Amino acid sequence: MNQRPLSPHLGVYKFMYTMSLSIMHRFTGMVASVGFLAFVWWLMALATGAESYAAAMRCLSTPFAKLVLIGFTFSFVYHFCNGIRHLVWDTGRGMERAQARRSGVVVIVASLLLTLLLVWLGCEALAAPAAGAP
Amino acid sequence: MSLRTPLGKVLGRGAAGEGVGHWWVQRVTSVALIPLTAWFAIALLGKNLQSYEVMRAWLAQPWVAVFTLLLAVTLAWHSKLGVQVIIEDYVHAKGAKTTLLLLSTFVHVAAAVAAILAVLILALS
Repeated sequence: MNQRPLSPHLGVYKFMYTMSLSIMHRFTGMVASVGFLAFVWWLMALATGAESYAAAMRCLSTPFAKLVLIGFTFSFVYHFCNGIRHLVWDTGRGMERAQARRSGVVVIVASLLLTLLLVWLGCEALAAPAAGAP
Repeated sequence: MSLRTPLGKVLGRGAAGEGVGHWWVQRVTSVALIPLTAWFAIALLGKNLQSYEVMRAWLAQPWVAVFTLLLAVTLAWHSKLGVQVIIEDYVHAKGAKTTLLLLSTFVHVAAAVAAILAVLILALS
């Protein structure tokens, strides 16, 4: 019984970048799940009070935390864009090889641009003084 | 000729005994998350995140609280389903698989409960 064939036989396929887009969808989903836990932690800090919120924001302002936040942002944005690609596939559209490759390029470009935009806006929102108006 | 029992045909479930429920809920939650996450990200980035008063006042608004609750619960659900598939696909040792699945379920339920409580505190106090 140990000799039963195993699927999928990934090794027999020629590598295409669309394959890495597929595994990236799972990987970014995992990272976004960790990001979700960080989001809940942030919400709890806000609900706990001014001091714990200030501590959480100090924690989020360290260079390492900013790097992690950029990672969360990219992961979320990529998963968002590629998720829409998957939903379109679920309707039976865009499944031809050329179409799937083209939509893959669109997803990469869109998620990089959106990440840059969100990181830039996020830096602005984080840089404002603590006591200021909205 | 089919070897399936009449009951099996009626229930329409595969070997896992749960049909397409998992697959479908993953799609339903992903569709819901498109507007919810987009709204939250856009709304959040326009705020002064460093200000406790600003953030608290924002989340205390009834509609903001409603959509933040929907966002947190839908995120937890979608994340739970996704992590479950990854564990089932890549962890083959039965003990480790069951342990990780349990752990993931507990963490996701705890996170959802915490998020709900946090938003309720902000909205009701």
